[in-house]
Amino acid sequence: MRRRWSIPAALIAMVMASASCGGGGGGGAKELKTIGPGEGRLNLIAWIGYTEDGSTDPNSDWVHPFERETGCQVTVKYGDTSDAMVNLMRQGGGTAYDGVSASGDATNRLIAHGDVAPINVALIPGWKEFLPTLQSPPHNTVKGIHYGVSYMYGANVLMYNKDKVSPAPDSWSVLFDPNSPYAGKGMAYGGAIYVADAALYLKAHRPELGITDPYELTQPQLAAAIDLLKQEKPNIKKYWTSATDEINLFTSEDAVVGAAWPYQVSVLQTQDPPVNVDATIPSEGATGWADTWMMSSHAQHPNCMYKWMQYASTSKVQAQVAEFYGATPANTGSCSIIENDLGAAAAAPYHCGDDSFVHDLYLWKTPLSDCGNGKNDCVDYSIWEQRFTEVIGG
Amino acid sequence: MSAFLYRHPRVRLLLLLAPPAGWIGVVYLAALAILLVSAFWRLDPLSFSVVHRLSLANFKILGRETVFRKIAIRTIGISAAVTVADILLAFPIAYYAARLAGSRLKAAILLSVTLPLWSSYLVRIYAWRLILDRDGLVNWTLHKLHLFSVDISFTNWAIWIAFTYLWLPFVFFPIYTALERIPDSFLEASSDMGARWTVTLRRVILPLALPGIVAGSIFSFSLTLGDYITPTTVGNTQFIGNVVYNNVLGVASNQPFGAAFALVPVAVMAIYLFVARWMGAFEAL
Repeated sequence: MRRRWSIPAALIAMVMASASCGGGGGGGAKELKTIGPGEGRLNLIAWIGYTEDGSTDPNSDWVHPFERETGCQVTVKYGDTSDAMVNLMRQGGGTAYDGVSASGDATNRLIAHGDVAPINVALIPGWKEFLPTLQSPPHNTVKGIHYGVSYMYGANVLMYNKDKVSPAPDSWSVLFDPNSPYAGKGMAYGGAIYVADAALYLKAHRPELGITDPYELTQPQLAAAIDLLKQEKPNIKKYWTSATDEINLFTSEDAVVGAAWPYQVSVLQTQDPPVNVDATIPSEGATGWADTWMMSSHAQHPNCMYKWMQYASTSKVQAQVAEFYGATPANTGSCSIIENDLGAAAAAPYHCGDDSFVHDLYLWKTPLSDCGNGKNDCVDYSIWEQRFTEVIGG
Repeated sequence: MSAFLYRHPRVRLLLLLAPPAGWIGVVYLAALAILLVSAFWRLDPLSFSVVHRLSLANFKILGRETVFRKIAIRTIGISAAVTVADILLAFPIAYYAARLAGSRLKAAILLSVTLPLWSSYLVRIYAWRLILDRDGLVNWTLHKLHLFSVDISFTNWAIWIAFTYLWLPFVFFPIYTALERIPDSFLEASSDMGARWTVTLRRVILPLALPGIVAGSIFSFSLTLGDYITPTTVGNTQFIGNVVYNNVLGVASNQPFGAAFALVPVAVMAIYLFVARWMGAFEAL
């Protein structure tokens, strides 16, 4: 996703990564029944933009109010990738960090490895206001046990320039079809998870492949998706990796149709001068991502972590994060705040509070070789990444 | 103490050199050594952890998958094209600045060559993106002149132009230094013997400037070879660096494979430097 494209010191990271080893713990911790007094400290792993303390923008500060309210001093370690987050969570046998804002591709790994503790959602008042789909989604709730509380989510919609694209598209074919009238003016996401978008398209258009879940692909299904992406490549002006990239190309009209987040739609519609864009969920459906606050099963400050999850689940805080980050909050109570702050028009692309919208999304999860049928015949994500290189680098 | 050091110049030298030598040895060479060794490890696909056992698995993938060969050839090819373009651009300017321009004009040329280095590398790449955009400076000008329009934004042409611009100062200065060192008497002798300027250029100036040209080319070639920001910012393709990035910090995080691919530019540069040394480039640095 977007945040792993920060400027790295590749070599240093390589040395550090080869020096560090995941600890890994047993798990099996009991759910908390009541929240005791705070321990005075809280160590979090988060995506950049999820724990703002006013240092980026003085108006975006939801960490200091939490510290004043609870006395828990927050320290944040930003994670560059989901893998980095998983490794950090296992540091010191899981004691180094109390919690993490994990994406759907990391959550199930953390749960399966026993790194994160079951969460008693009865202690999280904001949870009741969550969209029903994000109360117990499979990426953070396993066998009825909650392992975290939802935070932000986003859809990958089909965005198009209304002045240039007519009639309004209702299929991803405007990107995938080799005879698309918008060839050379399309944009697609430049990460390997975009393979899932191709798989979703094939699910609708080539039923004989038998794709049921775009994240659980067998070898031939993945090959078909990669072929489709190669066929799509001439249509693509640029594979985008940061939202700003796509906003720029739509502004200069280098691109007129593309896979996008609601954030780009909202910015393009409201910037000066605006670009006449609209977005749709095509007939094939759409993918999306969702993040969850999770607590380490060996957390040193569990009470502070519970207090943080309580705080981060409130409608007020989620509205602040959503506005700063350009995402949609899980808490439905945030929607009226956002609409008030942004204006109805700018808020519309986010579909805040629309449960059927998020319910129909194919939310991000890590492709694993085990796709639930006991046969282990699916292709894992490292292979996705390798094959996707053939598309972008070929 | 000071008397002891005065009497033992070797100890003095050792103490002086220890910190920088240690830095190079530990931080720089150790990092390279880890890179070299980890290229022979591999990632266990089930546990996502690195298996510390030597194998050639990564290199087999590199040899088998045509896409990596394509990426390597593209990276090396564009690096070479950028180097040639930079030499062709830098040589005449450097010659003019070093041998013909008056002192004021010379200062102005040197300043304008270095001026771009005052701004951030990212800003300079981004500027090229704006220049080459569909409605960017180039097309806007062509449009005003009622001429054709060029559609090269986000292509390999755009990458080539941006790189050529980025590394020009690094090629310019070694060539400039080499040209400035040529004694006037050599050129006078050449013309006294009746050589035309083309002959003087070919048989006197170029051979004497060659170490400088090769030294400059080391910069433009190696800097292009290792870059991974420009190809994705102004272009729409991948360099070796992008694949390494994806494997080191991307979701797949197959660090051993990234390390193996990172050895390709290291090997290419080793050969390049060997040839450059043979051509006497290091005498011009």
